[in-house]
Amino acid sequence: MINIKEMVVVSGKGGTGKTSLTGALSFLFRNKVIADCDVDAANLHMILNLDKVLLTKEFFGGKKARIAPERCTDCGKCRDVCMYDAISEDFVVDLVSCEGCGACHFLCPAGAVDFDERLSGYCYICSTGDNGRFVFAEMIPGEENSGKLVAMVRNEAREEAAKTGHELILIDGPPGIGCPVISSLTGTHLAVIVTEPTPTGAHDLKRIVELTNHFQIKTAVAVNKSDINASYAREAQQFCKDNSLVYLGDIPYEPKITEAQKEAKTILDFAPQCGASGAIREIHTKLQSILEEL
Amino acid sequence: MPKVQYTDDKGLKMMENMNIAFASGKGGTGKTTIAVNLAYFLARSGQHVQYLDCDVEEPNGHIFLKPKIDKSTPANVLVPVIDQDKCTSCGECSSHCQFNALVTLPNNVLLFPELCHGCGLCIHICPERAIRDGDREIGLIEKGTATEGIDFIHGILNVGEPMAGPLIHEVKHHYKENCIRIIDAPPGTSCPVVKTIFDADVVVMVTEPTPFGLHDLKIAVSVAKNLGRPIGIVINRQNGEFPPLEEYLSKNDLPVIMALPEDREIARHYSTGDIILESLPVYAERFTELALNIGRLSGKT
Repeated sequence: MINIKEMVVVSGKGGTGKTSLTGALSFLFRNKVIADCDVDAANLHMILNLDKVLLTKEFFGGKKARIAPERCTDCGKCRDVCMYDAISEDFVVDLVSCEGCGACHFLCPAGAVDFDERLSGYCYICSTGDNGRFVFAEMIPGEENSGKLVAMVRNEAREEAAKTGHELILIDGPPGIGCPVISSLTGTHLAVIVTEPTPTGAHDLKRIVELTNHFQIKTAVAVNKSDINASYAREAQQFCKDNSLVYLGDIPYEPKITEAQKEAKTILDFAPQCGASGAIREIHTKLQSILEEL
Repeated sequence: MPKVQYTDDKGLKMMENMNIAFASGKGGTGKTTIAVNLAYFLARSGQHVQYLDCDVEEPNGHIFLKPKIDKSTPANVLVPVIDQDKCTSCGECSSHCQFNALVTLPNNVLLFPELCHGCGLCIHICPERAIRDGDREIGLIEKGTATEGIDFIHGILNVGEPMAGPLIHEVKHHYKENCIRIIDAPPGTSCPVVKTIFDADVVVMVTEPTPFGLHDLKIAVSVAKNLGRPIGIVINRQNGEFPPLEEYLSKNDLPVIMALPEDREIARHYSTGDIILESLPVYAERFTELALNIGRLSGKT
């Protein structure tokens, strides 16, 4: 039985460079499955060298209530029990407010509330050019339960890893610290936080570190766009030291990362000699030795 | 510092009681930057402004608006409290719970509070009346007054707490009358964003001219369109042309209501927690235009 290790890239704050770093690392790691768990706004597939989609799976995120007017007796029980104010005075369910709890469905004395599963997204299993696997998903815009879709992506990735004998799952996580982030983090072996040297970056770094500590996940930090503000960059390094986090290094601001994105490439593929690529290679070396020790 | 000419355009007064939400899909495009600067601009122009930070997972508006917080209240959601003496382990509650928050064991029922959505169905469904409602704290609501008299409110989600939705709902309960309300949304395109923007008079989509920015903008736009909200586009960090974005915007009749250039000075001031307009008053004119464009989009001016 192989020993699969899961490494997840998160950030707290959005736009710090999670996907650019994950893409670049996927270029360097061999024998891995890549998973994009930012199911709200998946971007990693745009810069990976994808071969083809092997399988598309439907995702059902939960149920929603619908009142059948011909069976409804206007008794108002559903409006009394709904905690989300999702039912109008003329007994129409607002699908935005409906949480899918089923209270109205189960408690309606006339049995007038239907409660059906809704298609909320899709999960794709793809092959990559280097014989690896890539799993990503798309939520149908505005649908709920992205945490559950994240869990589906990670399950599929683990199955692919077991099938193909790959020992590493490289996960691109969503921004924030809520439901989809928790779902991306739980049970992983290593969290890599990408931060930026700004007051907002520093603020959000503290909160995401609290979260990885809460789940007792080994945590390493990389400072992206490190030359924007030298004093915040040093502060981030000091923060790692004070909190016994692995400091992976700085990645200098690199306009070529946007150029690479426009060419649908990772920075390592597009400009292997630039400063950012060099820094990411060093980060990769450090990550490899951390993963070996785990 | 040169004196800034703020507008006394009557159009701004007409924007009273408008909800202006800032969204983007992709994170880090500049939602908060544009939102706090518009709030500052409107306040400097003599309007009453309320700033509501609905990015409860990572609220950042306070870093720039520097409010003096004078009220801090915990935000609670309903959670079932099970009287294990009355419980017969019949399994009705756990079999009806849609969120798998309850598990029935031979001698009792276990609750997983972080999975509970606080719907109260189990309380109604229990045949033994063994369940009552209790409170569970999910975060904090802080209120105060920020720079230029801006009425400030934000929610801070407890670390480890998955459910942002109810806290966003709670922040929005504090709408103040006779104000222009600036609402900062979280990144993404799913339920927390929907809960933030569903009652907006205008949704301002802040995007960046990159493939990632455009891809996520398209998803966010379809969310706002499904909700029937008017949309205006702000292009941040513009640097030359990016034809795919321009083509998409013109094909979908999405108006660009402001563009900010890629400017190292803006980045530098951002990285020290400054309001751009305070340090770079040259941009005041663009915010005048932004405000008036938002007013026109809403149909209120």
